[in-house]
Amino acid sequence: MIGFIARRSSSAVILLLVVSALTFFLMDLLPDPGQGILGVSATDEQLAAKRAELGLDRPVVLRWLDWLGAAVRGDLGTSWTTGLRVSDSIGTKLPVTLSLTLTATLVCAVLGIALGLIAAIRRGAVDRSVHVLAVAGFAVPGLWVGILLVTVFAVRLEVLPATGYVPLAESPVDWARSLVLPVATIAVAGVAAIAQQTRNAVAEVLERDYIRTLRSRGLPARRVLFVHVLRNATPPALTVVGLQFIGLLGGALVIEQIFALPGLGSLAIGATSQSDVPTVQGVVLVSVCVVVTVNLAVDLATGALDPKVGMR
Amino acid sequence: MNDNPACSPAPAAVLAPASADPTPGPARSASPAPPTAPRRRGPLARFLRDPIALAAAVVLLLVVVTGACAGLIAEHGPNSAALDAVLADPSGDHPLGGDGSGRDVLSRLLYGSRTSLLAGSITTCVALLIGVPTGLAAGYVGGWWDTVVGWIADVFLAMPGIVVLLAVVAVHGPGLVVSMVVLGVLTAAPVFRLVRGEVRRVRGEPYVDAARVAGLSDVRIMRRHVLRVVRVPIITQASLIFGVAMIIESGIAFLGLGEPDRASWGSMLGDASTHVYDAALLSVWPGAAITLTVLAVTLLGAGLRDAFVGDTAGPVRRRPTIGRPAREPAAVGGPSTVGTDVLLAVDGLRVGYPTPEGEAAVVDAVSLHVGRGEILGLVGESGCGKTQTALAVLRLLPAGGTITGRVEFDGQDLATLSERGLNALRGRRIGYIPQDPMSNLDPSFRIGSQLTEPLRTHLGLSRDAARKRALELLDRVGITDPPRVFDAYPHQISGGMAQRVLIAGAVAGEPDLLIADEPTTALDVTVQAEILDLLRSLRREHDMGMVLVTHDLGVVADLCDRVAVMYAGEIVETALAADLFARPAHPYTAALLAAIPPAEGGAGERGPLRTIPDRVPSVRERPTGCRFAPRCAYAAPECAGHPEPTGHGAGAVRCARVGNEVIAWMR
Repeated sequence: MIGFIARRSSSAVILLLVVSALTFFLMDLLPDPGQGILGVSATDEQLAAKRAELGLDRPVVLRWLDWLGAAVRGDLGTSWTTGLRVSDSIGTKLPVTLSLTLTATLVCAVLGIALGLIAAIRRGAVDRSVHVLAVAGFAVPGLWVGILLVTVFAVRLEVLPATGYVPLAESPVDWARSLVLPVATIAVAGVAAIAQQTRNAVAEVLERDYIRTLRSRGLPARRVLFVHVLRNATPPALTVVGLQFIGLLGGALVIEQIFALPGLGSLAIGATSQSDVPTVQGVVLVSVCVVVTVNLAVDLATGALDPKVGMR
Repeated sequence: MNDNPACSPAPAAVLAPASADPTPGPARSASPAPPTAPRRRGPLARFLRDPIALAAAVVLLLVVVTGACAGLIAEHGPNSAALDAVLADPSGDHPLGGDGSGRDVLSRLLYGSRTSLLAGSITTCVALLIGVPTGLAAGYVGGWWDTVVGWIADVFLAMPGIVVLLAVVAVHGPGLVVSMVVLGVLTAAPVFRLVRGEVRRVRGEPYVDAARVAGLSDVRIMRRHVLRVVRVPIITQASLIFGVAMIIESGIAFLGLGEPDRASWGSMLGDASTHVYDAALLSVWPGAAITLTVLAVTLLGAGLRDAFVGDTAGPVRRRPTIGRPAREPAAVGGPSTVGTDVLLAVDGLRVGYPTPEGEAAVVDAVSLHVGRGEILGLVGESGCGKTQTALAVLRLLPAGGTITGRVEFDGQDLATLSERGLNALRGRRIGYIPQDPMSNLDPSFRIGSQLTEPLRTHLGLSRDAARKRALELLDRVGITDPPRVFDAYPHQISGGMAQRVLIAGAVAGEPDLLIADEPTTALDVTVQAEILDLLRSLRREHDMGMVLVTHDLGVVADLCDRVAVMYAGEIVETALAADLFARPAHPYTAALLAAIPPAEGGAGERGPLRTIPDRVPSVRERPTGCRFAPRCAYAAPECAGHPEPTGHGAGAVRCARVGNEVIAWMR
């Protein structure tokens, strides 16, 4: 088991290094960042001075190593446009994005898995509805759902705030109220997607030979279902929830914009339109870290559940 | 919101058929064929008969045409603004009104479809152009190429797609083509994985090996065999990528990071989102346009997949329902010779599964009985309904299976007994040994827990007593180190050991009746003999009755007292085992016996292996007369009628010509 954890963790770290290097070199292709900061009227001397100030006259590999060394210590550099430390900006924005994505994942997972189980066991109308909802949920763009929800619940019914975010520490009730519509927006498609996947995983286990053999021993159907079927359908369901979370991270950018949530999305979009390279790099690095961590967690969890891995 | 390309495996499964029914009956076909026209249809014909796919194609065509002809239809340019049109209500000049900047909504909607379709096309093409060839190569060649490309795909899958796209926009500035090409590169990873997986699966198939042995070049094998298999999942995947790309394009435009001059449904939604208070209707047009188009693309993909998959479904013919009594004459069972105490009496059993053409009876009018301490062999080729009969007794048929007839066990009718009442009998009075040992143990639980669980919940033993009993059982079935196997997981023991574990589980409750479904098929010959010895001694110890399902006549000769021969869902002959081997009455039995290869070193020269021509007809192909007649060497005109069983010796035979002395002599 320890060997398994070590192998997966080290490959996650290598992945992180490679992706960070790729984005760093990609950002280096930016023609002349000084232009974006100083404006088109800047003279060649001013541009050269800016380049030297930003350290862009040094070779890219050396800069990457410096950046990486600093990043390991938690220093992601300074924004070219605001002069703020990138790690500070991310530190204030990340909790908002994680509040949204984690809550949404939790809601989708709980409802989706419950619905998927019912669909797999009962079949019939529930099963067909889950299938239709999953296809429809895939096609409806989240941003439209968000706009519609705002129109109905915030503008017409005035029961929930249309936009804005209240930190959890300030007021848990207002925090929850500010998240209801964004989470609901995500859940419309997310619940059906997870339900469909869970249903397929459970249906597959239900058809396994050993389930029939357990029944032939006189074990009650309920016990076979809640002990054996659930146990064997958990790894695929976990994988689906992990994928859903990673998908949400990208989707959150749009959702945050609709509901004016001050998360990573607004930071990234602002930095992107202003060619603020250190901030974009910081956001990419943090996002990749989150993705790699979630993948690693899912990997280790399914590994821990698989007796074949535990023995190796 | 499903914006990350790494997430596309999720929607892929979304579009899988809603119910994968395990119906062993006729293959499910896309559209039920009329009973009189069993001809094959091409994918195109099947596609044209699928209303949803057709509707999706029409919608998509509409979007393409209106997009292409936007310049002709629209009265305004997509970017021409007029002050009096700002948030204007629908009117003759602006049929859908004006947006927040005074641009015509209808024009932008029409021009926006160009952007969406272009985005989808670019991304899909790039993803396929990269993913398919690399996946084919990695799956087919394997080796270092597979390792390297697989690792690169992992890197791409770990990237948060939208964030990377933002980085690209930051460097490059807004650009539809560049963004969508990058998205295509990112999305190539799941395509690569899908194709590689499919190719790996196909590579091991016998027909690919055969093609290779036949000397076909790798390129030709790829084109002729491998591509055919992967095209269906690729179609589905491509439609999903197309949809994801359109949604992501709208997201980028919505965020204001798209090309400012290009009309896009996403930027229309962006405009609408700033006017939720004063023009709530603005979001409806672009939102509905995206939804409908994505829906059309994905449903079209699903329809195409079904049309191609349907290739494998053969013709479906409705079998005429035969007005025959469900019950058999009692004579068919014949008198029992071992003990008079009848334990299990099956009478007129029919097992049916629902199909698009109505119910298909895989087992029909089966009657048999087993006495205490008696072993009944149930033999026949694969697909004759032996296993279905065995499972019907325990009422553990796959989903959809229905039972009619009587299944009397010790005075109770199992076919109508409550689930609760039946469950009380399972494991305690009726034991079951399954066919394939490795797939019948739950891989996630230790052997010990799987053995003690029923002992504790069902027989009410304490934890320690259950453990002690389980170890005894393991010892009894000939496992040399019971504590080690008790603590092992199924993947840590051999097939022979697993079969012993399953036998231990089946006899744990000391049942009166044991149903053994091919208990030795998956094992090698020496282990087979030991298992048969074990069954024999268990029978002796507990005076167990046994139904032994097998296609191995050697096992029958070794173990069984009586034999019932099944063919195409019905019993064609019952006899004492000794009589059956000495003097088979049914031509099918005779043919089965003749197909046994002569023993090694036996008398006589070794001629070619004798076989029965053709194969067992599937449920929908069964003849209305004698079901064996088409393969029978003695078929005669009277075989056109369906024969009823007639008494013969100590058993019964279902053959119209059983009295024919010449045939009897030939056998």
